[in-house]
Amino acid sequence: MSKINELFNGKIHAINVGIEFFKDDIIKQNANASHLDWKPPGGGKPELINALDRLENAAVAEKIAAANKLAVERIINSQPMLVGFDQAINVVPGMTKTTILHAGPPITWDKMCGSMKGAVTGAIVFEGLAKDIEEAEQVAASGAITFSPCHEHNCVGSMAGVTSASMFMHVVKNKTYGNVAYTNLSEQMAKILRMGANDESVIARLNWMRDVLGPMLRDAMKIAGEIDLRLMLAQALHMGDECHNRNNAGTSLLIQALTPYILETDFTKEQKREVFDFVASSDYFSGPTWMALCKCALDAAHGIENSTIVTTMARNGVEFGIRVSGMAGNTWFIGPAQKVIGPMFAGYKPEDSGLDIGDSAITETYGIGGFAMAAAPAIVALVGGTVEEAIGFSTTMKEITTAENPNVTIPLLDFQGVATGIDIRQVIQTGILPIINTAIAHKDAGIGMIGAGITYPPMEAFEKALLAVTETISQ
Amino acid sequence: MSTKVVIKQSTYFDSVSLMSLSTKANQIEGVEQAVIAMGTDMNKEVLKNVGLLTPELEAAKTSDLMIVVKAATDELCESALIAIEELFKKKGGSKSATEIKYSTIDSAAASIPEANLAVISVNGAFAAREARKALENDLHVMLFSDNVSIEEEIALKQFAHEKGLLMMGPDCGTAIIGNVALCFGNAVRKGNIGIVGASGTGSQEVSVRIHDFGGGITQLIGTGGRDLSEQVGGIMMLDGIKALEEDEATKVIVLISKPPAASVQEKVLAQVKSCKKPVVVYFIGGEETPVLEAGGHFAKTSKEAAIKAVVLAGANEDELNKRALNWPLIEEVRAKLTPEQKYVRGLFCGGTLCDEAMYLAMDKYEDVYSNIQKKADYKLKNIHESKAHTFLDMGDDDFTNGKPHPMIDPSTRIARFLEEAKDPSVGVILMDFILGFGSHEDPVGVMLPAILEAKANAAKEGRHLEILGYVLGTDLDTPNFDEQVKKLMDAGVTIASSSTNAGLLAREFVAKGE
Repeated sequence: MSKINELFNGKIHAINVGIEFFKDDIIKQNANASHLDWKPPGGGKPELINALDRLENAAVAEKIAAANKLAVERIINSQPMLVGFDQAINVVPGMTKTTILHAGPPITWDKMCGSMKGAVTGAIVFEGLAKDIEEAEQVAASGAITFSPCHEHNCVGSMAGVTSASMFMHVVKNKTYGNVAYTNLSEQMAKILRMGANDESVIARLNWMRDVLGPMLRDAMKIAGEIDLRLMLAQALHMGDECHNRNNAGTSLLIQALTPYILETDFTKEQKREVFDFVASSDYFSGPTWMALCKCALDAAHGIENSTIVTTMARNGVEFGIRVSGMAGNTWFIGPAQKVIGPMFAGYKPEDSGLDIGDSAITETYGIGGFAMAAAPAIVALVGGTVEEAIGFSTTMKEITTAENPNVTIPLLDFQGVATGIDIRQVIQTGILPIINTAIAHKDAGIGMIGAGITYPPMEAFEKALLAVTETISQ
Repeated sequence: MSTKVVIKQSTYFDSVSLMSLSTKANQIEGVEQAVIAMGTDMNKEVLKNVGLLTPELEAAKTSDLMIVVKAATDELCESALIAIEELFKKKGGSKSATEIKYSTIDSAAASIPEANLAVISVNGAFAAREARKALENDLHVMLFSDNVSIEEEIALKQFAHEKGLLMMGPDCGTAIIGNVALCFGNAVRKGNIGIVGASGTGSQEVSVRIHDFGGGITQLIGTGGRDLSEQVGGIMMLDGIKALEEDEATKVIVLISKPPAASVQEKVLAQVKSCKKPVVVYFIGGEETPVLEAGGHFAKTSKEAAIKAVVLAGANEDELNKRALNWPLIEEVRAKLTPEQKYVRGLFCGGTLCDEAMYLAMDKYEDVYSNIQKKADYKLKNIHESKAHTFLDMGDDDFTNGKPHPMIDPSTRIARFLEEAKDPSVGVILMDFILGFGSHEDPVGVMLPAILEAKANAAKEGRHLEILGYVLGTDLDTPNFDEQVKKLMDAGVTIASSSTNAGLLAREFVAKGE
């Protein structure tokens, strides 16, 4: 029977695109209809539609599909292992005593936002490059400091992402592909360097982290050897974390794994006690750990010719930048950083907020964080307030991703894998932006975290990426 | 200023939930400052920063929930605390499982394997792209959108043809597939007559007349108005005929189109010739001979097409109420009109209804003008000014540019009607009222005030204004057919029983000296 005759004899199930009452009329007649939540592709911009059309040419589409399949396989098959902790100067590629790494795409001192400036000056004092914050500002402006994005040094950094030579780093190695990723240690929450605070209490904590916490973790990992982070991440999601803003379960799992080895180190009982108290002081201890895991997996998928998969989303508090696998190296596509909307600490108002900042959107790039909100019903307040909305966010993200990660699943969604492999073509086609749940830092230096909420990348970054990728692939 | 503290021991809430509750608590009337948080050191630090840390709070444990409210008076603090308690109460009764929303045809098709058809009505600039995606996903397409280029139409139809899929449209308002009307359509009985129509309201009219004569429809395939143009070459009409020929339920096939390109008519008639089932051909203004030579059944009007179809499908012709033209009525109206009232003005929502009435008028008169006239001399230069006999398709792009179709938004037609009604040379104004899926919920109701006003004005000037209405719909349609007709009759409007009769009555009402 021909397809047309099959239609005549079958039950109508229409997909309705456009005028909604056509769907209602079909349903009234006892047939099925599903209405699309449709927006003009590329926001209706002809150059973007033209680019999408060019990428849909059968031969081109085939090349992209093959490249994306490979990219997503590499993200999914990556097995990032925590293998150690060490000071940045010892491990991070390109690190020098006067290098300061920061979050997001490249930015110069004069353009940095308040919280990043606060963090940079704090780090300069911490490194002994200036005696106080005032002098640190002069040093920062003098050209004596090399500023560079964390991402360009196999690193990721929370919030301001400020990372200096003597800070201790996670060392995360990809067991499958061999690449290594690094990230700073959590300072826990609120009045901390990465949020832009830099007073004596902040520097004192950094000193303690350099002298006690970091070395203790380093020594513990020397004994432990390696810890399978992907396995732990999967467990944390099953325990109700989304591993960007909620890290309660993950932190428990991580410290549980580390504790026997910490106990075996040569530090004093008091020092060990300090470390456990510090971990207990906030649940954010494992936050950076997951970021390093995500970075490690995504770096393995970067630089695949013809791939349209996003491998980086990062913000410096002024600009939001993305990198795409098919554009090898450090090609950033940039748009303005957005506001973060969500609940705030007592005493602060939306106008106190700085713009979206940090490399932590690496978690969403991998498929957790905002993408896995359905795993974390306890913090649905971040995304509107209901579990249903949280589920909606997790399922909507499948519209812009290529695959589901079978290694990291969400119980509430019948153990479907997290949405993985953001495809810039699908973002432009659907007009759906990746959702990011994140902390809010004060707009001014020296204050710190004032809330948390959700935000989105600027569409502009994806538009620029699509146009550039189209040129590269069509050549 | 007053501050109240409540500490709930061993009560755990996640910090983010508490931040959200705090934010809401700060919005409570009269609250100066409110903090709801677990008793951690960090939260105590926050309280200290905003000057709210009391010894009681200082003593709270990590596992204790702290609620602090600062307001102008004790009473305000107390009422705020009550309001905060409310915030903790679960809203409950959350909605049932949400329908999953898809944003693209690709994802919807992948997730709904039983989907078999896409109905596309987005802006023309994006429509072809969506239609192509639907076809790529093996979905048949009903493309309602207009402003799709002819090149895109050809590409889509060729692609559909290769894949064996229906590609109805673009600019196609009507289809009935498996007894389900898509976009604009009427509720008609299931039966054994299949229709392939290159005109929307023409297909609606024939399906409604078939229903009226006791017959029924298997499928109504709308091809879009340009299908029988030279460029498109009738791709979908040819595929449609073939599909209906293979459809066991279909006994008779009816073809409807505005006049096709000669070469395309030839192709279509060649297919009619080889078709094993009887085919009724109603090409508006078309010629009988080639149809008969192809072994087809020629119909000059939509009504004739419906009658031939039901008879071929098994109805007894003698038992049909063919609703013959009411000649006594015609005489009566002629008598009421002055010698100056010579002209018909037709104001149509339905393009083919306009075309049919116009062709019937052209059979009798020379000076028949329209915005859709084929003869250049009689195509209105200024569509806003009527001349002699004028038939306007108000759903045509000239009128709808940037506005909704008059089937949905009647404002343009109402204004034009009031203009025409003032013209002393006008004898009859003819209007269609289209019922059914997709149409206005009360097409007669929105026109009534204007009709009453025009009638009253004409009476004041001592002139009879004949208003002729045609309601396209069946007894199964919404809004109710009988009610719509009654409203018109109560307003003194004469009712025609079909599109064909509407055209014939209009032209005969104004005929002089016969």
